[in-house]
Amino acid sequence: MKKTLLAVSLGLGIALSASAQAKTMVFCSEGSPEGFNPSLYSAGTTFDASSQTIFNRLVQFEPGTTKVVPGLAESWTASDDGLEYTFKLRKGVKFHTTKNFTPSRDFNADDILFTFNRMWKEDHPYHGVSGGDYKYFGWMSMGDLLKSIEKVDDYTVKFTLNMAEAPFVSNMAMDFASVMSAEYADQLAAQGSMEDIDHKPVGTGPFVFKSYQKDAMIRYTAHDDYWGGRSNIDKLVFAITTDANVRYQKMKAGECHVMPYPNPADLAAMDADEDINLMRQEGLNVGYLAFNTEKAPFNQKKVRQALNMAINKQAILDVVFKGAGSIAKNPIPPTIWSYNDAVQDYPYNPGKAKVLLREAGVSGLKTNIWAMPVQRPYNPNARRMAELIQADWAKVGVEAEIVTYEWGEYLKRSKEGEHDTVFLGWTGDNGDPDNFMYVLLGCDAAKSGGNRARWCHEEFDSTLRQAKQITDQAERTKLYEQAQVIFKEEAPWVTIAHSVVFKPVRKEVTGFKVHPLGSHIFYDGVDLK
Amino acid sequence: MTATSSTANISVRRQQWQEFWFYFSESKTAVAGLVFLLLVITLALFADIISPHDPAEQYRQFAEIPPAWMEGGQIRFLFGTDYAGRDMLSRIIHGSRLSLVAGCIVVLLSLSIGTVLGLIAGYSRGWVEAIIMRVMDTILSVPGLLMALVLVAVLGPGLLNAMVAIAITYTPYFVRLTRASVISEINRDYVTASRVAGAGPLRLMFVSVLPNCAAPLIVQATLSFSTAILDTAALGFLGMGAQPPMPEWGTLIAENRDLMLSAPWTVTLPGLAILLAVLAINLMGDGLRDALDPKLKRS
Amino acid sequence: MLRFLLQRLLVMIPVFFGVTLVAFGFIRALPGDPVEVLAGERGVSPERHAELTAQLGFDKPLWQQYLSYVGDVLQGDLGVSLVTNRPVLEEFMELFPATAELALCAIIFAIIVGLPIGLIAAIRRGSLLDQGMMSLSLVGYSMPIFWWGLLLIILFSNTLNLTPVSGRMSFLFEVEPVTGFMLIDSLLSDEEGAFASAVHHLVLPAVVLGTIPLAVIARQTRSAMLEVLGEDYVRTARAKGLSPWRIVAIHALRNAMITVVTVIGLQVAVLLAGAILTETIFGWPGIGKWIIFSVFSRDYFAVQGGLLLIALCVMTVNLVVDLLYGLINPRILHQRS
Repeated sequence: MKKTLLAVSLGLGIALSASAQAKTMVFCSEGSPEGFNPSLYSAGTTFDASSQTIFNRLVQFEPGTTKVVPGLAESWTASDDGLEYTFKLRKGVKFHTTKNFTPSRDFNADDILFTFNRMWKEDHPYHGVSGGDYKYFGWMSMGDLLKSIEKVDDYTVKFTLNMAEAPFVSNMAMDFASVMSAEYADQLAAQGSMEDIDHKPVGTGPFVFKSYQKDAMIRYTAHDDYWGGRSNIDKLVFAITTDANVRYQKMKAGECHVMPYPNPADLAAMDADEDINLMRQEGLNVGYLAFNTEKAPFNQKKVRQALNMAINKQAILDVVFKGAGSIAKNPIPPTIWSYNDAVQDYPYNPGKAKVLLREAGVSGLKTNIWAMPVQRPYNPNARRMAELIQADWAKVGVEAEIVTYEWGEYLKRSKEGEHDTVFLGWTGDNGDPDNFMYVLLGCDAAKSGGNRARWCHEEFDSTLRQAKQITDQAERTKLYEQAQVIFKEEAPWVTIAHSVVFKPVRKEVTGFKVHPLGSHIFYDGVDLK
Repeated sequence: MTATSSTANISVRRQQWQEFWFYFSESKTAVAGLVFLLLVITLALFADIISPHDPAEQYRQFAEIPPAWMEGGQIRFLFGTDYAGRDMLSRIIHGSRLSLVAGCIVVLLSLSIGTVLGLIAGYSRGWVEAIIMRVMDTILSVPGLLMALVLVAVLGPGLLNAMVAIAITYTPYFVRLTRASVISEINRDYVTASRVAGAGPLRLMFVSVLPNCAAPLIVQATLSFSTAILDTAALGFLGMGAQPPMPEWGTLIAENRDLMLSAPWTVTLPGLAILLAVLAINLMGDGLRDALDPKLKRS
Repeated sequence: MLRFLLQRLLVMIPVFFGVTLVAFGFIRALPGDPVEVLAGERGVSPERHAELTAQLGFDKPLWQQYLSYVGDVLQGDLGVSLVTNRPVLEEFMELFPATAELALCAIIFAIIVGLPIGLIAAIRRGSLLDQGMMSLSLVGYSMPIFWWGLLLIILFSNTLNLTPVSGRMSFLFEVEPVTGFMLIDSLLSDEEGAFASAVHHLVLPAVVLGTIPLAVIARQTRSAMLEVLGEDYVRTARAKGLSPWRIVAIHALRNAMITVVTVIGLQVAVLLAGAILTETIFGWPGIGKWIIFSVFSRDYFAVQGGLLLIALCVMTVNLVVDLLYGLINPRILHQRS
């Protein structure tokens, strides 16, 4: 133990003292990024480490909101039929200068073409690089949507679509649409090291990538020539810390300034801690328990309603979320426009539930609850949640067995409809209600399996389809509100909770905003006292 | 066998047993281990009667109550409660059942499979032996816990699969021990004698040779019993063993790990249970080894 | 000596192929679908699914997959991680030094503390000291190390604030990875205080990982010493009036060395298994944590490659130990060959 004492005397106190010289911001991130090209991956961890630091997009979400604001495009216009979008690009935007790349020109339309053609065109020389699986480009059906991308001049680009799609501009603000340098790509192709474009990233963003040690640390420095002005932070460090307990302990020790995903169990202590500013925001997500409406007795509306009433949601919130969530009554979170606050949730009423079950002719029901094996933002502990619901349902005479599979297996089997009831959830991509309701509850999704309730309701579906075609937000709002009423009455899900996102931030940090889409942004007024 | 020789046999056995007990009881620590182990076995057997609460009952209004001796604790929940208000003491008592059963099954599986394979390898020699031993080398070349982990990933997480996986990783030790004993015993006079007397290979192996290599196998089995409990708990801790809400000790630690700072007793007490149980078995195992190992008896 | 070496290498060949078979077989037997895991809640269309499966080579017959796998392995190609799209070997080599550093420090700690305990216990056989130390070492031997780690974190990091909770180095120091060993790299760098920070981060994990080997070494040393002290020549020496310490220094240490080397050999697999738990608890960026993550995220090729590489490590260390064993005690060589 002598060794310990020696080390302690040498090591203590270093943590806080030196950070005064150059402003170093430390973010205790929750995991290693999958890579540094956001178009290839899907994890928020990856986006924080790449698109939010190194890159920019044509348009961006205003920090703290889902409002779309200019990014690399200064302005844009849409044609009346909603098929053509023209973007005017910003001038004088500099790419990063790194160890292996020195840009010779400013950002221009060629970079936009390179970025999108790489994802879109299968014969593009870069298409197959690093596996060539462009996840979000596929999920947002960009391939079907795009008709052409044209360079009108060096600073004007025109996108033509095959069909009107109201959320298109929002899509352009998503992480996968991060703009890369065509010049860097050419240089790497000439050197024969094309894969480097995804490992040694070069972008236009506020921070320059410096080094990455897997599972340990990512380092960035401020981009001196950033078009939006140099960041206040000189050095940005992502200290990769997978365990939430550990992140909290590091934060207490002053070893990190911002941390994501705190343990619900630690929130009270954080709130009481004077050094920590516990920020909160409603998350853009929903966690639900879907009934398989193709299976008896869940094909009966009464049974679904009864089982809704039998669940004590407040208990779930207290035990599983520890207050880091709010009860969900609609399939979309309240932060999204068109959220219908007039909808009434099913009250917790085991007595009424029993009556409804009797009316439906159901007794001695044996069923299962599928609980996913992983922690998700919308469901911090599905196991625990399932145990609570199991106990609740037992009180109304429903015996449920908890089932779980390995995550991939879970997704696949639930997609094929093997479950009776299944836990799942969704985190919004672009802040559009269509991105929740159509993807999760539409008839198309019932066929493809994304709709875990396998619920295809004609009136609901046609309302959504109608809303997709219109660009006027007020009209769309009305349609979505109507859809939410139908949804609640039919009860294909038990809507459980929207998580509340907590961000503990040390009090030296100023200007940090919690982003509803879940990204962590260290630019735009973020500073250290 | 004639009547006289069987009585003689019995008296020899009794004498052996007395001698063994003499040496075993000489070590106070070994006896202490044995007593504690018996206590744990009693707890496990009568868990339903002894434990104050149903281990699955959620007293939700009493969530995260500290143990009785801490401030805010209640005598009703001697060891405190977990996140859902379940009584920790009852869960730990029921957990003893799972851990002991897991230990027993792992030892029985690996001992029986290992002994049989070892006998075959030692008796047959040649390519059968080579194949068996190389397979065992292969298993040993991957660290046991990792091997078990991947095996459980293949079989699916769960207590039963965890036991099978751990048993597989322990088998090589029994195979090696048995084979070595068989090889050294097989040319002894008494084996040759019974072979001349017309004993078949099976009889030769199980009746003549095996009893004579029993001592090292018993010692290895005790050792494996304690490590099996540790490994089952480790797999449970990693989320690949017993699944919650099963109150297996390692799983208890895993499911309460996020409460490590706010309700530390939910993590420290199950771990203490593991440590004490394993320690008791090891103390007993030490005594057993000293009593069975003739070489150490001398000194 | 050379013959011995060759013989050992020859035995390694079937084991090596055994391990490739095991790694390959496991991965193919794993339930679940890597393509689905990668897609998550958003799902993947059946056509795209087929395309990606074909890309991974999972549509070919098993024997073909195995042959091409072994072919690749022999050329040093262990495939590409499904999560990061980077070569598995590259990832492994990047993370391996962290594990090696931790394991080495753990074993050094175990030897430095365990060996003297064993020696003293043997010399003071039967005394209270002996009993106390042996009881303690049995406690160490019975320790569930994942719990031990958590306990030390609660105590040292959280309550006493004496040690950092995770990682290898404070973020303040920018240490260029040269050897991958933080203790060495921090000395090579001109960052003041980096070495202290590295030591500071290493202490708890090394103690936790070293606990079981320490107990084993202490116990083995004690029994080996007792045996040596009972030998005739030692008795003679003692009769001649030499002090027990000199006897130990002159006669017994060499024998103790044999014990230590053997125990280290036996502990390599134990250490690597322990590293899985220790790294998980302390957020240590090594291969133990990596392989667990790979198993959970169904990163087939990372698990497949990782198993093989870890097995190779174990085999290599065992070989080295066997050779060392032979050097210390030449009789063994003759007996074996």
